Amino acid sequence: MSFATQLMDVALIIAFVVAVLAQIMSMIRLVLGPSTGDRILALDTMVVNAIGLIVLLGIAQGVRIYFEVSLIIAMLGFVSTVAYARFVLRGDIIE
Amino acid sequence: MSGEIIMTYAIAISLLVGAIFALVGAIGLLKFNDSMTRLHAPTKVGTVGIGAFLLASMLHSFTYGEGSMHELLIMAFLFVTAPISANFMAKVNIHRRACDTPPSPPRDDTWSTLNVPEEDKHVSDTAAPSHRI
Repeated sequence: MSFATQLMDVALIIAFVVAVLAQIMSMIRLVLGPSTGDRILALDTMVVNAIGLIVLLGIAQGVRIYFEVSLIIAMLGFVSTVAYARFVLRGDIIE
Repeated sequence: MSGEIIMTYAIAISLLVGAIFALVGAIGLLKFNDSMTRLHAPTKVGTVGIGAFLLASMLHSFTYGEGSMHELLIMAFLFVTAPISANFMAKVNIHRRACDTPPSPPRDDTWSTLNVPEEDKHVSDTAAPSHRI
C-alpha cells in the first residue's frame, strides 16, 4: 500500500461523494423547477451523473461489465431528453 | 514499478478533475437564476467531468487489468450528443418563453420555435403563463 494507491483510494471516495452530491443537487433543481426547460435539464444532468457513478463503481470494483451499462444509460438518456424536449416543442414525439 | 506509480497518480488526478467539474456543474445548476444561464453549467459535467471519469477508468484498466479502449465509445457518444440535447433544451426555453424571446422576424409572422400548432392553441394559451416565474 504505497502513497499513490492511498491517494487514488481517497480520490475515488471524493469522486463518489461529489457525484452523489451532484445527483442530490440536480434532484433539488428537478423539484424546484420553475420552468419545463429546467426540469428537462435536471433530468439530463441526473442521467449524466448516473453514468459517472456507474463508471466510478467500475473503477472501484475493478471489473469491466459496467461499460455496457453506462453505454446503454447514455443512449437512453439522450433519447429521453430529446423525446421530452420534442414533446414540449411540438406536442408530439414522432409526427 | 515506477510506471505503475505514475499511472496511479494520473488516475487520482483525473478522478479529482472529474469530481471538481461535476460539483461545479451541479452548483451552477442549483444557484444560477435564469433558465438559459442554468443551461450553461451542466453541459460541462457531460463533457469534461464524465470525460475525466472515463479517462480514469481507462487508465485504471491499463494499469491494473488487461486494458481496454471501450470507454472512448461512451466519451465520443456523450461529446456528440451533448450539444444536440443542449440545443433542444434551449429551444424549449424559447418556446415556453422562459427567457428573453428573440426580436420578431422581418418578413414572417413568428419564429418557428415560438410557433404553436393550430390544434394546440387553446392548450398552450392556458398552460404558458403558469410556467413563467
